[in-house]
Amino acid sequence: MNAPLRKVAISVLVLFTLLILNVNYIQVVRSDDLRSRTSNTRVLAAQYDRERGAIVVEGTAVAESVPTDGRLKYLRQYPQGELYAAVTGYHSLIYNNSQLERVENDVLAGSDGRLALRRLADMFTGRDPAGGDVVLTLDPAVQEAAMAGLEGVTGAVVALDPDTGAILGMASTPSYDPTLLSSHDPAAIRAYWDELEAAERDPRLNRAIGDNYPPGSLFKVIVAAAALEDGLTPESVVPAPEEFPLPDSSRTIPNFGGSACSPSGEQSLIDALTISCNTAFAALGIELGEDRVREMAEAFGLDGEGFEIPLQVAPSGIGDIVDDAALAQTAIGQRDVRMTPLQAAMIAATVANDGVLMKPYLVDQVQAPDLTVIDSTEPEVWREPISEEVANQLTEMMTSVVAEGSGRAARIAGVQVAGKTGTAQVSDEVADHTWFMGFAPADDPQIAVAVFVANGGGTGGERSAPIARQVIQAYLDGQGG
Amino acid sequence: MAGPATDPRSAAVAGDPPRRRNTEAALLGFAVLITVVAQAIVDLTITGSLRPEMAGFSAWITALWVVAHLVIRRWAPYADPLLLPAVALLVGLGLTVIHRLDLAAEQVESDITREDAPVQLVWATLGVALFVAFLVFVRDHRTLSRYAYTLALAGLALLALPALLPASMSEVNGAKIWIRVAGFSIQPGEFAKICLIVFFAAYLVDKRDVLALASRRVAGIELPRGRDLGPVLVAWILSILVLVFERDLGSSLLLFGIFVVMLYVATERSSWLLIGVGLFAGGAFLAYQIFGHVRARVDTWLDPFAYQDGAGYQLVQSLFGLGTGGIFGAGLGGGRPDQVPVAKSDFIASAVGEELGLFGLVAVIIVYLILVERGLRTSLVVRDAFGKLLAAGLAFAVAWQVFVVLGGVTGLLPLTGLTTPFLAYGGSSLVANFVLVAVLVRISDAARRPATPHAAPPVRLGDAPTEVVTP
Repeated sequence: MNAPLRKVAISVLVLFTLLILNVNYIQVVRSDDLRSRTSNTRVLAAQYDRERGAIVVEGTAVAESVPTDGRLKYLRQYPQGELYAAVTGYHSLIYNNSQLERVENDVLAGSDGRLALRRLADMFTGRDPAGGDVVLTLDPAVQEAAMAGLEGVTGAVVALDPDTGAILGMASTPSYDPTLLSSHDPAAIRAYWDELEAAERDPRLNRAIGDNYPPGSLFKVIVAAAALEDGLTPESVVPAPEEFPLPDSSRTIPNFGGSACSPSGEQSLIDALTISCNTAFAALGIELGEDRVREMAEAFGLDGEGFEIPLQVAPSGIGDIVDDAALAQTAIGQRDVRMTPLQAAMIAATVANDGVLMKPYLVDQVQAPDLTVIDSTEPEVWREPISEEVANQLTEMMTSVVAEGSGRAARIAGVQVAGKTGTAQVSDEVADHTWFMGFAPADDPQIAVAVFVANGGGTGGERSAPIARQVIQAYLDGQGG
Repeated sequence: MAGPATDPRSAAVAGDPPRRRNTEAALLGFAVLITVVAQAIVDLTITGSLRPEMAGFSAWITALWVVAHLVIRRWAPYADPLLLPAVALLVGLGLTVIHRLDLAAEQVESDITREDAPVQLVWATLGVALFVAFLVFVRDHRTLSRYAYTLALAGLALLALPALLPASMSEVNGAKIWIRVAGFSIQPGEFAKICLIVFFAAYLVDKRDVLALASRRVAGIELPRGRDLGPVLVAWILSILVLVFERDLGSSLLLFGIFVVMLYVATERSSWLLIGVGLFAGGAFLAYQIFGHVRARVDTWLDPFAYQDGAGYQLVQSLFGLGTGGIFGAGLGGGRPDQVPVAKSDFIASAVGEELGLFGLVAVIIVYLILVERGLRTSLVVRDAFGKLLAAGLAFAVAWQVFVVLGGVTGLLPLTGLTTPFLAYGGSSLVANFVLVAVLVRISDAARRPATPHAAPPVRLGDAPTEVVTP
């Protein structure tokens, strides 16, 4: 009986080897997958057992964990309610995390590699482990002005420091109160969630970066930049007919309101931008050609690719251009051109920063629980789409837009504001999107801003420019300017 | 560690093979140390202080193993020195994890807080008592073969009892495998398993000649005669009956597997394995077609996440525990093993995997492997055919059960309702497995004992008494 016994012994060894291999597979290979599944409540529950780090704006926590007496030791709260919701997101027992609560989760939960040494120290000293803090670049005055400006409308505001790319403001409406999604009462969380789900316009969407929209005339700045790079000057005279017939089509591009841009049928580039002349830019787009327009758009970041700030930003781009008719429509920011409000602010910031686009960033510092800085973001040059000379020419033209053109509602006494308005048709059924992007002061830019109002009707100059003015004013006042 | 040189008896008596009792004692000390330290870690992590009962627990658990060890020294001096320490480690670890899960219920302020660890300690004590009683009263394992048919009857009765009792007295979570009397729950299947293995061993030793020799060749394979298929068919039908009337997939699979392997060992004919696998495949196919609960088990196994809010909940939670534990584990008291339903019994391995990590779980599997391989080694060495087959059956039973239950918990196999031997909460399983190990210890003592006192190297007699004269 010994021969079969030996075979049984070997079979047992094989069976146990299978067990061990399978356990290796589950606990090593699939470990990350299993850990990160949203239905794995133990990871989330464990997070409630330690103090989650705060999200901080200028020394004040806009998301913080406070101790409770309940089963879950900490409660997540957002003292400012709706003000920072678009940026912080929520930290929910049921619906997991969103926005910064999601992308900076490792730091906030204390599991980030940069906090590893400290965790080790906590283990030996018996100190309760806690998460690190995330300090934002936002400016409260800008944020409040942006939310005040957006009151009652659907839209977004983004403000940048053109020199560094630091994001000074990022607001999106309608907003919501993340505290209500982060309570310990599942029924209340679900009720509030259902309410948000039922809303006509989703309050959980951060419209500043989460979606892209047709920019309308904002895009003319990019066409103008391409023309200036090709040797034109603001004073160069370009054709500006009353109507621009679309090539190979019976349709035409009219000017806004159907009026002529100039009695002579031609005007200077600066005048064309100042009054936002559609026919002039449609013709200019075809003159430049698809490659040149596309090249300049991509140089500014409309390249169809998303990026991270570290929140994920939706892609901006100009889409496929099938013929000259499409090119003409593209040149005035219609057709398939799509832009996030952040992208609009980046265009303004590039012009403001002498043609250098800085990489936008939202997180200034990551701090350990004892507030020592363990990581900070250094400003980084991202792209250089235009020369300093062209940037100066564009500044001159955009200053004219605000001083005497379509953007007059953004004027501020004693401050030169540069900007560009945009009004984008969406369809015949819904009201237009309106835009404004700009920066100030024009000679020494401190802030670049983009304002987007979805389906608000009216024009960019009427609806969006006044909001931009309030935001710029709030920031410059805060800077003592 | 005590070697042969420090054992005065082995040094004094020339030719007496080493008994390795001091090795056993040292290993037991090690197992006790691990148990006590692990308990202390659990208390310190969860409550921040050592509970006063710790001293009593440590003394109790130490006393258990000291008594068991001393009984082996006196009544089974040549026994394999690894069997008892492996059991001690598993039982100690099981008690620790159960205690840890007791605390978890308090942690989350659950309405159902139960102190299961002390109950399990009582069962362990009863198990050791039966272990001791067996070694003291059964001096020669061959006496068991005399009661083969009695044990077979007892085994069948134990197996059938829950099926015959009303559901209120026998059904827990859908499986009719319990006898519930006066607050006690007994799972008679665990005892039936041992009774039936003893019977299989005695029966097969008796009949192996005819089962092995009478055969005819069909398509190049030696097949047994039709009438000799009787026993394997009976075992198969028995397993199917268990499945039908008790909805107990695990025991069904366990009994059939054990019987086929013992048949193979007894006859040395691999054709029995083929027949066994064929019958199993047929039975499995039929069961899948006919029984909803079998089909549900298989479907959940294939894609647990598709059923994660229903039938797959347990398995998914178990996988989450294992995955979250990762390589090093969350540490004792650091995880959330209480999130897995019935973590103390069926899913105790996932609690081990979550808190002790891959290292801890693999260590546990290897301790089982040591236990099983020492049992199989005993079977190789022991001189009488009955002992050989009995040891092989018992060792393989442990191996097969561990494979089926751990495979189920880790998603390698469909889930069955078997308990994890020695580790899991449950009195019947623990006590029965102590008896199982007592039998193995008894046989290993016979295996390693010199044929005659002070004789020269023991003569391998092989299977002489049952040698068959080929016609």
